[in-house]
Amino acid sequence: MAKQATTAIEFAGVSRHFAEVRAVDAVTFTIADGEFFSMLGPSGSGKTTCLRLIAGFERPTEGRILLHGRDMAGVPPFERDVNTVFQDYALFPHMNVRDNVAYGLMIRKMPRAERYARAHEMLEMVKLSGLGERRPGQLSGGQRQRVALARALVNRPSVLLLDEPLGALDLKLREQMQEELKAIQRQVGITFIYVTHDQGEALAMSDRIAVFNHGRIEQIGAPAEIYDRPATEFVAGFVGVSNLIEGAAAERILGSSRSFTVRPERIRIAASGTASPGDACSAEGRVAGLSFLGATTRYKVDIGNGTELSVIRQNSDGLPSDDIGVGDTVRLIWEKRQNNMLAADKR
Amino acid sequence: MSVAVLPMPPASVGRRVSSFLYTHGWLFLALLLVPPVLWLGIIYLGSLLALLLQSFFYIDEFTGQVVQEFSLRTYGQLFTAANMDVILRTATMAASVTLLDAAIAFPIAYYAARYAKGRWKAAFYLAVMLPLWSSYLVRVYAWKLILAKEGIITWVATQLHLGWAVDGVLSIPVVGGSSLSASYIGTWLVFSYIWLPYMILPLQAALERVPRSVIEASADLGARPGETFRKVILPLAFPGVVAGSIFTFSLTLGDYIIPGIIGSSRPFIGQVVLQHQGTAGNIPLAAAFTVVPIAIMAVYLWIAKRLGAFHAL
Repeated sequence: MAKQATTAIEFAGVSRHFAEVRAVDAVTFTIADGEFFSMLGPSGSGKTTCLRLIAGFERPTEGRILLHGRDMAGVPPFERDVNTVFQDYALFPHMNVRDNVAYGLMIRKMPRAERYARAHEMLEMVKLSGLGERRPGQLSGGQRQRVALARALVNRPSVLLLDEPLGALDLKLREQMQEELKAIQRQVGITFIYVTHDQGEALAMSDRIAVFNHGRIEQIGAPAEIYDRPATEFVAGFVGVSNLIEGAAAERILGSSRSFTVRPERIRIAASGTASPGDACSAEGRVAGLSFLGATTRYKVDIGNGTELSVIRQNSDGLPSDDIGVGDTVRLIWEKRQNNMLAADKR
Repeated sequence: MSVAVLPMPPASVGRRVSSFLYTHGWLFLALLLVPPVLWLGIIYLGSLLALLLQSFFYIDEFTGQVVQEFSLRTYGQLFTAANMDVILRTATMAASVTLLDAAIAFPIAYYAARYAKGRWKAAFYLAVMLPLWSSYLVRVYAWKLILAKEGIITWVATQLHLGWAVDGVLSIPVVGGSSLSASYIGTWLVFSYIWLPYMILPLQAALERVPRSVIEASADLGARPGETFRKVILPLAFPGVVAGSIFTFSLTLGDYIIPGIIGSSRPFIGQVVLQHQGTAGNIPLAAAFTVVPIAIMAVYLWIAKRLGAFHAL
C-alpha cells in the first residue's frame, strides 16, 4: 500500500511587506509531512521571514498559510502546533535546563512527575542527560543548542522550525550536529523546516531545498537537482561554486551566445594542445591562479573574452604535481552534458 | 612598488608617560581609584564611623553633657514607645512608598522597554528625568498646594461631584487627616512621586534586557500572553524591581524634608535625627537613630539577596 504524502505546510501567494520593503514576495510552495525541508538563501532573502510566518510571529500582508489544511490567519503562535528552535537558542535564564525543557509541558498543565520524566527522556535523546540541574549560563554553545532542540521536540509538534541553529558553532561541532539532527529527524519522523545560509549544510541534510533570493523562491528541488541543474544564474552561483559562461565565450565554445554554467570539478585540466573527444567542449587558456585546498587544488584559468574559469582537481596522487603552474598555457576539456543551460534570470 | 615604512613619532614626555602607564597597568588603576577611594573612605565612611561612635556614648542627665564612655543605654532609649513609634512609622511609610512606586513604574517601564522605539524612547527618558532638573523643594511645595484643601484635587473632585470620595479617603483612620496635605496619604503620595524616576529607570533597564526571542519562545511553547508575563517577564524583571526598591526604601527612611512639609506633624526618623543633633544637643541619640535605617537596609538587602535579586550580578 503506497504511503499517502500529506501536506504539512502550504504557502499560497504569501507576501510580507515592511513599508516599501518586500521581505517575502508572492511565495507559493508546499512542504510534505515528514520531510526535511531547507530554506536556503543569503541574508535578507526572506527565508527567516517565511519561517516566522509559519511560527506565527509575523502575519502575511497577502496570501494564505495553511498548516495541515487549516488556514492560520489570525491564529497566534501559542495556538499553532509548531515549535521553533531559535538562532540565539532563547533559553529561559532564570530556569534550570530541566525546567526549560519541560516548559511547554508545564504550560499544558502536565503533572510534574510526568513532565520531568519526558524532559529527562528528551535530554537523553540529545545526549545531555545529567545536566538537568544546570542553568543555561553554565552551558557551552553546543549544549545550549541541544537544550533548545529538546525543549522544542518534547512537545511533539507536527512541524519543527529551525532558524540557523548551528550558526554559532565551530566547524567540527557543526558537522557533528548536522548528522545528529538528521538522525533525530528520521527517528522522530516529524517535518523539519530548516533555515540556513550555508549551502553545504542544506545540501547535506535536506530532502528538498528552496533557494530564496530577494523575497522570492528561485528554485525548489532535491539537493542533487539544485546542484546539477540550477535554474538561474543566482542558484548556480549560490549553491556550490559554478562557472558562468556567457556572451562571446559561450559563442566560441558552444556556437550560441546563450549563457550556461558548468561545475569546476567537471572540467579536466590538461597540457595545452591535448586532443579532446569530438563531442566535448574545450577551451585554451592561461593559468592565472592556483590554490591548494587540502583535498583538492583549485585553478583559475583565463580563457579570453574576459572569462576566468575555476577548475577543481582532486589531489588523489598526493600533493599537486608540478606539471601545471601559474602562467602555463593549458587546455580545459569537459563533456557537453555537464553544461547547464540557463533559463532567463528570474528577477 | 614598495610601501615606505613611516618612522615612529618622536618620543615626547607624553608618550613616555603613556607607555609607562600602559606597561604598569596596576599603577594606572591605582591613580584612577585613589581620589574616589579617599572620598569614600575619609569623607563618607570616616564621618559615618565618627557618628556611629557617638551612638555608643550617652548623655548625662544632670549635666546634659556627652559622656564619652562605651555604653548601650542610648540604644536602650530607642525602645521607648515614642521612639519605636517613629521607627515603625518611617519603616511602614518606606514600604508603602515602595509598593506604590513599583505598581506605577511597572507599566511605564514596560511600555518604554518593549514598545517605545527611537525618538519615542529618547522622549521617554526626557520625560522621566525632567522633574529631576527642578528643585526638590519647589516640587514638594507644588504638591502641598495641589493637595491642600483649597487645592486642585479637591476642586476637580467637587466639580465632578466626587467630593464625597475625597472626604471618604480623608476619614480613613490613622492615614487620613483634615486635608490631603495634612495626612499620611499625602505624605505617601508625595514620597512616591519624588522617588518614581529612581524606580522607573532600573526597572526599565531590567525589562529591556529580556531578549525578544525569549518572549517569543514562551509564546511558541504554548504560553498565552498573561502566562508569559507571569512566568517569564516578571521573574526576569524582578531584580530591576529590587534595585529600584533599594532606592525608594532607603531614601524614604532618611528623608526629613517631605514629612515636615506634608502630612501630620508626627515625626519621622530623619526629623528626629535633625531635632536631636540640633536643638536638643543629644548627639548620641541622633547617632543611634541614624543606625536604624542602616540596620533596616542591611536586613532588606539580605532578604533581596536570598530572593535572588542579585543573580544577574
